[in-house]
Amino acid sequence: MVFEYAPAPESRDVVTVRESYGLFVDGAFTSADDTASSYAVIDPATEGHLTLVTEASTADVDAAVRSARGAYEGVWSALSGGDCARYLYRLARLVQERSRELAVLQTLETGTPVRQSRDADVPAAIAHLFHHAGWADKLRYAVPGRPDPRPRGVVAQILDRHSPVLSLTTRLAPALAAGNTVVLKPAATTPLTALLLAEICQQADLPPGVINVLTGSATVGDTLVSHPGLDHVAFAGSTEAARALSRQLAGRTTTRSLDVRGGTNHLFFDDAPADDAVEGIIGTLTRGDSARLLVQESEVGDVLERVRRRMSTLRVGDPLDNNTDVGPVRSAAQLARVEEFVAEAQAEGGERWSVDSQLPEQGFWFPPTLVTGGSRAHVLAREDVPGPLLAVATFRTPAEAVEKANNVPGVFSASVWTEKGSRGAWLADRLRAQVVWINAVHRTDPTAPDDGRHLVETYLR
Amino acid sequence: MSERNRIPLGRTYALRVGDAFVPSSSGLTYAVNDSEGHFVAHAPLSSRKDARDAVVAARQAFSGWSSSPPESRGRNLLAIAEGLESRRSQFVTSVRQAEGADDRNAQEQVDAAVDRLVWYAGWADKIAAVVGHPNPVKGPYASTTTPEPVGVVAALAPQRSTLVGLVSIVAPLVVTGNTTVVLTSHERPLPALDLAQVIATSGTPAGVITLLSGDWRTVAPSLAGHMDVDGIDLTGAAGFVEGALHLEGEATENLKRVRQAPAHEPDWSQEPGLASMTAFMHIKTRWQALGT
Repeated sequence: MVFEYAPAPESRDVVTVRESYGLFVDGAFTSADDTASSYAVIDPATEGHLTLVTEASTADVDAAVRSARGAYEGVWSALSGGDCARYLYRLARLVQERSRELAVLQTLETGTPVRQSRDADVPAAIAHLFHHAGWADKLRYAVPGRPDPRPRGVVAQILDRHSPVLSLTTRLAPALAAGNTVVLKPAATTPLTALLLAEICQQADLPPGVINVLTGSATVGDTLVSHPGLDHVAFAGSTEAARALSRQLAGRTTTRSLDVRGGTNHLFFDDAPADDAVEGIIGTLTRGDSARLLVQESEVGDVLERVRRRMSTLRVGDPLDNNTDVGPVRSAAQLARVEEFVAEAQAEGGERWSVDSQLPEQGFWFPPTLVTGGSRAHVLAREDVPGPLLAVATFRTPAEAVEKANNVPGVFSASVWTEKGSRGAWLADRLRAQVVWINAVHRTDPTAPDDGRHLVETYLR
Repeated sequence: MSERNRIPLGRTYALRVGDAFVPSSSGLTYAVNDSEGHFVAHAPLSSRKDARDAVVAARQAFSGWSSSPPESRGRNLLAIAEGLESRRSQFVTSVRQAEGADDRNAQEQVDAAVDRLVWYAGWADKIAAVVGHPNPVKGPYASTTTPEPVGVVAALAPQRSTLVGLVSIVAPLVVTGNTTVVLTSHERPLPALDLAQVIATSGTPAGVITLLSGDWRTVAPSLAGHMDVDGIDLTGAAGFVEGALHLEGEATENLKRVRQAPAHEPDWSQEPGLASMTAFMHIKTRWQALGT
């Protein structure tokens, strides 16, 4: 029997999206009247117009860096650890109070299903704020052998579109706790959560200049990175963008931390807890991410059958609906990337199987898709192609699984599915991944560094 | 009407044991005076029975508290700090009466107590990362060492510092996952009994922190000798050499972990360091075989 779901939309009234937004510089929002330098933010689920935001100019970038410098030298670096902690606890509390706004806003600008935004991303963001608030008054314990650490100074943070709320807070919180001031540049397509966070910082009475938010295209990021007034650049995004940034920073004394988002790999062994494993694999898809599935050869028929069956039950649609499992791809460019990947895979002999769902006509939609055969699976092993894609490859022995998993350039994450404890630990030892989950996936916690390093240590010298 | 003419009601405090506020099982109270000898309120004179009941509550609370996410223990402590700060003026009065401090000094004491709680709150999800470590052992094994709480810990609160000293004893015990039974300062119990009310409304589970007023010299031996108490912190017996020695002797029966009494009450204004937390944690080393 098939049950129909009644619509269960999350109210978007909790959040007010203004007609246009200025930049957040030196504790205040700049005027948003100048329409010449603004661009539109689009709801990826409908292609509807959400608002106008400002493309920061070179002068804006300079003003933001100067403001951050002033705040660093005038206020923030002189603050006692205890007072810094009090500011950050206050910020954490306010973010907690306004968590529903952040969740709905993130869903509007990214298309992330609201369940994910509200029940996973935002609570994790709050946990990061609380955790790092607790570091502010105990920095001398943060890094072994460094009893008197100093902040780096003025930090630029350049972030990609991936779970913006979490991406922002996981980097902002340790940077502020370590005594730095920040100029933040969110992704061009997802600036609204950053602007709301700026508003919350204002409400928390953070001294002007401690955090500045510059919106705009990648050009703004480039201008910011080339500013000589920076002490540190923190980046989160693709391998390609990280490479460009490194090139720009080469030879400069500005320190850097590059969090490169690699691909997700699921390693499915013959003794895997099958139900958990399938749910874990599906968990990657419902985050709007892609994954490579490496399956032990003897299991492949059964596993694919289970995965297809489970994928067929996924509800694709309005991300604000509480029953939705999979939302849209986040932008037109990313949709093009997803389509390109599938076309390439098919051209190389891969077989495509997609969930048969009614997709809305407007918006950047792509159905959850499984690619078998062909040789393109390795692309997903190293690259987070931003859509609900799963490509399958097989292995025969654990040693071969390790070899195949490691045989990708760059960083990746891995989920190992096996009930044998010694095997899980053996794989965790040998996989060159930046994070390995055993019988789990996508766990993140402020106490456990992943995605590179969003640790307070990153922001201390 | 001016405050001077108003006749004080003459309060009698109760103990919070488990999730209830109760009189001492002895039925006895004692008069607590301020530093100038004027009567302030009656405090329960806790008995050995009260101490045993508190240990039962602490033991019941231990499994839930020690297995709760460290982050949520931290939030609990933070809630206590917030409660203390929101009743700042009440505590300033209470500390001023108890310690004979001037108003400004009493304010500093209360603020320092809040800061101390906030400091410890942040340790909840960090202490394991700072004192635990992976062990690069030989052979096909993954090995890690992590700290764990010892269990139910009895403690003597400092006799002089009624609030900063008290939270400096209690916070490190519970933030690491222990549950605790604390005997308050004998002559100055009221800030502790006020704190018990803050704790009761902070969301901290019943039994995690029990504060018992009375004469520690009559009650502490039953805690020191209690077979279901895993550790005892004698910091509050600073200066009472014979009393402390006797308690240490009682504690040997089940080889309790003992934190000995210092010669003098510590300077509570100093940042405490990690020893106050690690004193009542033991370490666990895990070995995981590696193999295909």
